[in-house]
Amino acid sequence: MTNHQSPVTNLPGRLGEPVEFRGEVTVTVARDKILEACRYLKGQCGFDMLTDIAGVDNYGDDPRYAVVYHVYSLTHRCMVRLKVAVPEDDMLVDSVVPVWRTADWHEREVFDMFGIRFRNHPNLKRILMWDGYPYHPLRKDFPLAGRETELPETAVNAGKVEPAPMLGGPFVTTPGAGTAVRREPRQADTAAERTEKKGAS
Amino acid sequence: MTQQITVGFDQKIESRDLIVTRLDAAVDWCRKNSVWPMPMGLACCAIELMAVGASRFDIARFGAEVMRFSPRQSDLMIVAGTCVYKMAGVVKRVWDQMAEPKWCIAMGACASTGGMYRSYAVVQGVDRFLPVDVYISGCPPRPEALLEGLMALQRKIQQETTVKNMKRSDQRGGLYDRPQGPIIVRGEYAPKMVNGDR
Repeated sequence: MTNHQSPVTNLPGRLGEPVEFRGEVTVTVARDKILEACRYLKGQCGFDMLTDIAGVDNYGDDPRYAVVYHVYSLTHRCMVRLKVAVPEDDMLVDSVVPVWRTADWHEREVFDMFGIRFRNHPNLKRILMWDGYPYHPLRKDFPLAGRETELPETAVNAGKVEPAPMLGGPFVTTPGAGTAVRREPRQADTAAERTEKKGAS
Repeated sequence: MTQQITVGFDQKIESRDLIVTRLDAAVDWCRKNSVWPMPMGLACCAIELMAVGASRFDIARFGAEVMRFSPRQSDLMIVAGTCVYKMAGVVKRVWDQMAEPKWCIAMGACASTGGMYRSYAVVQGVDRFLPVDVYISGCPPRPEALLEGLMALQRKIQQETTVKNMKRSDQRGGLYDRPQGPIIVRGEYAPKMVNGDR
């Protein structure tokens, strides 16, 4: 046991068993224990910095979602990862803003992208997409191209959201096929539109 | 020493301070050489835009060095960068606040077509809500490409017929209708600076 692991491996049993993989320690925490676990990590173990909070969509699995916390200790110079499983039918996790204030925006991002709500969050609203956007775009069942949506009331004169043309791939362009103007995928889209219109008329 | 001049030029009235031309040509000439840009810098293309404003490329050579950060005072919106849907309303509002006549350059792949951002968040080309006059390809375009775009726009402005349109009774197409469609500048083929200087 190296020195930098000591605060983690000394965790009491209530936090779950730490799993080490390639020098990184992961602790799976029950959903209702996350706030308590974070308080313990910060107060007793010296994990004073919350690096990131991430959402995970394990589409097809049960429980479907997870929230992952990366916490760092500036005194011990080590990192620990906390994982909380979130079932689809009850997507609510305790907010850790009372422990690390920086969790505010991280949790808002997870809420925006995955729709996971955080109990007792001071200001749980969207942070990347605009208020009133109806979807949570990082969910696996949301298409990368997006869905047709209205823009917010202040921006209606800019049109509306239309799905991006995908042409069979996340990004398709053919190298060496003529000039950039010609090989730009939207060129093919407009060509397809033109043939469609011709066929219709 | 007297000499008869026989070309279409009456020395008696035109020799001193008088030049005869079409009013449209004169107005367009003034306009094209005093295009004040509204720098709508949204992403990395804005860095190239700044380079164009600086001394090496020096957009002042084309009378367009007066970057105005107020839409009320600017004539040309240079959309430089990726426009996401959340920003689209802002860009459109700034555009609406600009006084006519006004022009628009879509600088770079993102502003022109969405570029490599083929996703739910990015507007697939600002021409979805702005009337773009000049598209410049490149990711980002070289500063010379933006200058080429500006010169293309100047050539376009020179062909406008605002005064003629004012006299037209039906006002069909509006006062500031464009004499030609959008221009595409191929950023990757823009001439490099001479003397091996890059």
